[in-house]
Amino acid sequence: MLRAEVDVRLPDLHLQLDLRVDDGEVVALLGPNGAGKTTALRAIAGLRPLDAGRIELDGRVLDEPAAGTFVPPEQRSVGVVFQDHLLFPHLTALENVAFGLRARGVRRREARAAAQAWLDRMGLADVAGARPRTLSGGEAQRVALARALAVEPRLLLLDEPLAALDAGTRVRVRADLRRHLAAFPGGRLLVTHDPLDAIVLADRLVILERGRVTQTGTPAEVTARPASRYVAQLVGINLLFGTAAGERTVRLDTGGELTLADALPAAEVAIALRPQAIALHTHRPDGSPRNAWPAVVADVEVDRDRVRVSLEGPVHATAEVTPAAVAELDLVPGARVWASAKAVDLVAYPR
Amino acid sequence: MSRAAPRPGRRAARARPPWALVPLAALAVGFLVLPLVALLQRAPWSDLAELVRRPIVTDALRLSLVSAAAATGLSLLCGVPLAWVLARSRLPGLSVLRALATLPVVLPPVVGGAALLFAFGRRGLVGEPLEDATGFVLPFTIWGVIAANTFVALPFLVLTVESGLRAVDTRYEEAAATLGAGRWTVLRRVTLPQAAPSIVAGAVLCFARALGEFGATVTFAGNLQGRTQTMPLAVFVALESDREAAIALSLVLVAVSLAVLVPLRDRWLRA
Repeated sequence: MLRAEVDVRLPDLHLQLDLRVDDGEVVALLGPNGAGKTTALRAIAGLRPLDAGRIELDGRVLDEPAAGTFVPPEQRSVGVVFQDHLLFPHLTALENVAFGLRARGVRRREARAAAQAWLDRMGLADVAGARPRTLSGGEAQRVALARALAVEPRLLLLDEPLAALDAGTRVRVRADLRRHLAAFPGGRLLVTHDPLDAIVLADRLVILERGRVTQTGTPAEVTARPASRYVAQLVGINLLFGTAAGERTVRLDTGGELTLADALPAAEVAIALRPQAIALHTHRPDGSPRNAWPAVVADVEVDRDRVRVSLEGPVHATAEVTPAAVAELDLVPGARVWASAKAVDLVAYPR
Repeated sequence: MSRAAPRPGRRAARARPPWALVPLAALAVGFLVLPLVALLQRAPWSDLAELVRRPIVTDALRLSLVSAAAATGLSLLCGVPLAWVLARSRLPGLSVLRALATLPVVLPPVVGGAALLFAFGRRGLVGEPLEDATGFVLPFTIWGVIAANTFVALPFLVLTVESGLRAVDTRYEEAAATLGAGRWTVLRRVTLPQAAPSIVAGAVLCFARALGEFGATVTFAGNLQGRTQTMPLAVFVALESDREAAIALSLVLVAVSLAVLVPLRDRWLRA
């Protein structure tokens, strides 16, 4: 279990946050660029000493300036998956995964055998002899994860694990990552600026703004009751819960049915849907959208040049549209409209 | 007209060099190439096989290769650590240290040789107590040649490796630390392998500089055939006595220099 009171003074930011990550828990530290997320992660990894506060992992104090305690990163048992993976370019995938074991004095043959087992488990047996620059983004990420896990850390830190990937591979890698993270027994702390990544991967969100925590809670809590306008914008993602009604079809708890582009990962699922991905119409849309449903406008909230429209009916969701659309569709509370979303915009993950 | 407004034709003029530069640039090329052409033109090609087997040539070539290789080895041993200190540490007075380490590059080698005499000569600051204690004598021995070579060549290695180490992304070292690697392991398995191209380039430069060393060697180690007479010294002596041997020696040095350029081509000859 990690307990951290992080206090770091940067030239333009004073980072102060309390953080707790239990064993088996996935916590996402979510916030905009410059909020101090990566600095917090570096402090926990031992790459940036604290200015004040205290970091404790499984009862062992790792950093406490007041007591003069500082455990260097190589003695912390904290694994890190870095943003750009940072695989050693002069070593093969196998040697990268074996690196940590070799550094801890494990014999060459044993280290390579253990690394090979990790690569097999990650579905990377084919690329064992490949250099990092020849790997795809998804492969590099799995190698980086295998490298961090091979030394069996007590805590795993992931810095923007999906940011280096293009949109196409991102969806698949995100699902893979969720599966591989589930197999790790210790605590996991994920740093990201992408609310969708945070919601899909984490059990609990910690929202960080300008060095301070502004809200914590489960993804459902935070998305349902954003504590500030900023959080609403940041995590204003619709979370829809339901059960499988077909290979790609979900029956929502609120009664609607949605079809996804890919097979469902489990029988009980949550679906994340961005407000921007919901289109509104006066009549039932025909043509490409696979998912269309009648809705009643519950609330209309104007935020500068965007308007958030809360919808009730078989799918409880918030859509984000332009002011022009509001006028055109006559969106006032009580109005009846049709909503639609493309199958590819629905992201499902096990509940 | 404001200063910022471009005059007509100026953009096109920038693409071509002003005409006055062309003959001057050609003159520079000619000046660099002509001596080599003259050397080749005077070469006694038919007798070359016999000439390069003469003792003055073989002795000098052997001594040059051995002493330049030894100087390169010594430079690697101490120069890489010094480069690391210059690139990474935050010691006070680091810029002074870097200036001192660079000094032999610009110092006239004869002055370097004289300074070596005052330090390591038989009456020198360190040389005298060293001889009293161990009987070891540096000047006018092969050790003196190696010392003179190292003195002038070491800075080339240090400067090259330092810039190479600065270019290494330190985030890889952090990644290695989070995997449990201590400082020594990080240096050995992450930093040095990534700096390897600059270490090779530095060693090659160092070797080339040591091979051509004249002033410091003749001042500190003298000019004894078979003991301290390296290739450049042999060329200088042979020019007076045996011009054909001097040309043969020069051709061997040109060939070695060209061979040294090959590993550097990626670094410096890339367009």
